[in-house]
Amino acid sequence: MTAVKKAPNAKQVVNWVLDHAMILIIVLLAIVVQILRPTFFGVASLVNILTNTAARMPIALGVAGCIVLAGTDLSGGRVAGLTAYLAAMLASTYLGGSPIVALLVVMLAGMVVGVVNGFCMGKFKLHPFIVTLATQLIVYGTYLTMSNSAQVAMPKSYTTEFATKTLFAIQTGTKANGDPIMTAVPMLVLLAVILTVVMWFVWNKTTFGKNMFAVGSNEEAARVSGVNVLLTIIGVFMMAGALYGYTGFMEACRIGTSTATLGLNYENDAIAAVVIGGVSFVGGTGKISGVLLGVFMMQLIITGMTFLGISGNITYIIKGFVILIACILDMRKYMTRK
Amino acid sequence: MAENVLLRMEGICKSFPGVKALDNVQLSVRAGTVHALMGENGAGKSTLMKCLFGIYQKDAGHIYLEGKEVNYKSSRDALDHGVAMVHQELNQALKRTVMDNMWLGRYPKVVKGLPFVSDKQMYDDTMAVFKDLGIDNVNPRTVMSKMPVSQRQMVEIAKAVSFKSKIIVFDEPTSSLNEQEVEHLFKIIDMLRKRGCGIVYISHKMAEIKRISDDITIMRDGQYITTRPTAELSMNDIIKLMVGRELTNVYPPKDNPVGTENMMEVEGLTAEYSHLKDVSFKLKKGEILGVAGLDGSGRTELLENIFGNATRRSGTIKLEENVVGNWSPRESIKNGFALVTEERRATGIMGILSVRENTCISSLKDYLSGLFLSDKKMSSATDSMIQAMHTKTPSQKTKIASLSGGNQQKVILGRWLLTKPKVLLLDEPTRGIDVGAKYEIYTLIQEMAKEGRSVIMVSSEMPELLGVCNRILVMSGGRLAGEVDADNTTQEEIMALAAKFA
Repeated sequence: MTAVKKAPNAKQVVNWVLDHAMILIIVLLAIVVQILRPTFFGVASLVNILTNTAARMPIALGVAGCIVLAGTDLSGGRVAGLTAYLAAMLASTYLGGSPIVALLVVMLAGMVVGVVNGFCMGKFKLHPFIVTLATQLIVYGTYLTMSNSAQVAMPKSYTTEFATKTLFAIQTGTKANGDPIMTAVPMLVLLAVILTVVMWFVWNKTTFGKNMFAVGSNEEAARVSGVNVLLTIIGVFMMAGALYGYTGFMEACRIGTSTATLGLNYENDAIAAVVIGGVSFVGGTGKISGVLLGVFMMQLIITGMTFLGISGNITYIIKGFVILIACILDMRKYMTRK
Repeated sequence: MAENVLLRMEGICKSFPGVKALDNVQLSVRAGTVHALMGENGAGKSTLMKCLFGIYQKDAGHIYLEGKEVNYKSSRDALDHGVAMVHQELNQALKRTVMDNMWLGRYPKVVKGLPFVSDKQMYDDTMAVFKDLGIDNVNPRTVMSKMPVSQRQMVEIAKAVSFKSKIIVFDEPTSSLNEQEVEHLFKIIDMLRKRGCGIVYISHKMAEIKRISDDITIMRDGQYITTRPTAELSMNDIIKLMVGRELTNVYPPKDNPVGTENMMEVEGLTAEYSHLKDVSFKLKKGEILGVAGLDGSGRTELLENIFGNATRRSGTIKLEENVVGNWSPRESIKNGFALVTEERRATGIMGILSVRENTCISSLKDYLSGLFLSDKKMSSATDSMIQAMHTKTPSQKTKIASLSGGNQQKVILGRWLLTKPKVLLLDEPTRGIDVGAKYEIYTLIQEMAKEGRSVIMVSSEMPELLGVCNRILVMSGGRLAGEVDADNTTQEEIMALAAKFA
């Protein structure tokens, strides 16, 4: 018997296009940007996109777990803001030059918020939206009270000697005097890669990860099978909190100071990225590779708009539409047509 | 009967505010037997099982497993001690794979003590259980939602077996299985019996009970009635013991006068998204038309396409000789159609709303008084339906979810009668309803026919179709396989038609 390969009919093509529409749109946009601004896909620009992807990957990984639980987490950005401030205070006042200890301390701080989030949801069955809306306010208020909106600079031992230390540099051009222009790939890219791999293992190869997916898919089934649902929910939000703490620390290092606007809307970007990456609000589905793709795509859009000189105001509108379209396309997969 | 008792429950009592749900109930299951637990809905069967599994705390009484007193804290606790339950409503993580569901809560580890799951171990263990049970059509790596309900049920059974359970409780296990699958299930149950397991089998289907069970325990209104060997009891005896009175007729007399004029004519009905293909038939005024067929034969799809709740590709529907569109439920209701859906809890009742709100929802415009809805009009409409349907409810304001299945169904029927339908489409109208209430539903269907309405009734229970309908359409593989006169046919003839395109 010879295998007969059927040519896909029109309907299948349309379905394939719709299933991958978000990514196709972004790729198309990227091509348009590339045509208008030929340096867009240059090495320097790509390294920039890569670094930004690495910076936003941790918070997206955290939010993704919450979405797998069929929930969400709005507190992420403000937790990053608070922990950025804490990291800067630790660095400048208390700890001095031991970034690893400071990193662990702020991750712990993020976990505390996560425990509150998870506990309220798991124990009192509150809607994740309400709980994390409340904690978002509490965390931001705490930050403002503690800091009085003061900017705190990060010391060198945290920045150029740790997080933004050059991993390796690529020559991306030549100056007029013949010196090479070097673009550095910072340490935080490597750290983000390690973090992503660790999270892949947690999601796919541990009981905790499998329980997370089971609870997201059918909480009751998980409960009667003996899964500790409350602990699983708390665990997922705690993990998310730790990742927000990590994000806050790295962002403070990358930017060099902690400010009142650090972390603003980070959770929205993260949620958008995660949804673009195919983690569904329906719960119980999602892949780390999808999260990575989503964050990368999101940075591609943002960088592309910067290249085109589109104002930040318009960027908000575009991000809003991206979230809306991504969710519509996602729900399309779960709607049963009759 | 005292030999070899595996599970013994004694003097079990359980009260809820205002209701004594269990009053001194006993159950004793022998090793290597199938023990049927029977009773009408609300008799206390599931409450008894919930006490066994620790989902409810019993007020009094003792439970012994192999002579030792036990008191399980949760279903998982019970599972770990060899007492498992296959639920009627499958409780599964549908977006996860078969094997993820099987080992949920007890994943095999790569190294003992570390939280890393071994995929290979999980796969091999799943295959071993499947092989043991003769399940050869399920891939452990398939995502649950991609499989039909019957296969998912098999996975649930395999899961129960994989706990090396000594006692397995089956709660209405055959409600979503077709004939061959029921046979397979019975083979598995037989095998478990030979291994010395004790099986508790809860079902409303008499024929199954007679065939598979060794002993029967009957409950009524929260009380223990009797335990007897199945062979000693006839179906009539069982019904008598269950309802506490003699049911002389399981079906009301079929004396609805079938008119000569057509009420509805369906021509070449074909669905866009399901396999329903080219179905044509006529429906007389005052006729009760049954629709038989296996699960997945397109019965529900037929009703949904007529009602406009599914997209029609082609075909026409004529009501009283006029072509009607019926492209959406809204339009169909206006045209005089009504659909009582199959999944009462999912698509029929609005659980947290009251009996009144559930009754009036489809005919709200009739209760307008100016711009606003009149409570008085709604209340009197609801009262009239409660009386007409003999619905047992404490008040109109009672949440519908707190009524029994039979009473919920009566409220739904009342809802549709208020829209004054010409054609009533009923999808499994008696599923999960106890014997006494079924009779009442049949009587109501008869009355509607006598008022000149036409009824199309889908059912998986063939005796019910033969007992209630005038004529029966048989569906097979999405097509109409044939039609039979209900008074001059046999179950065998219908089965043969049902298998025609399957």
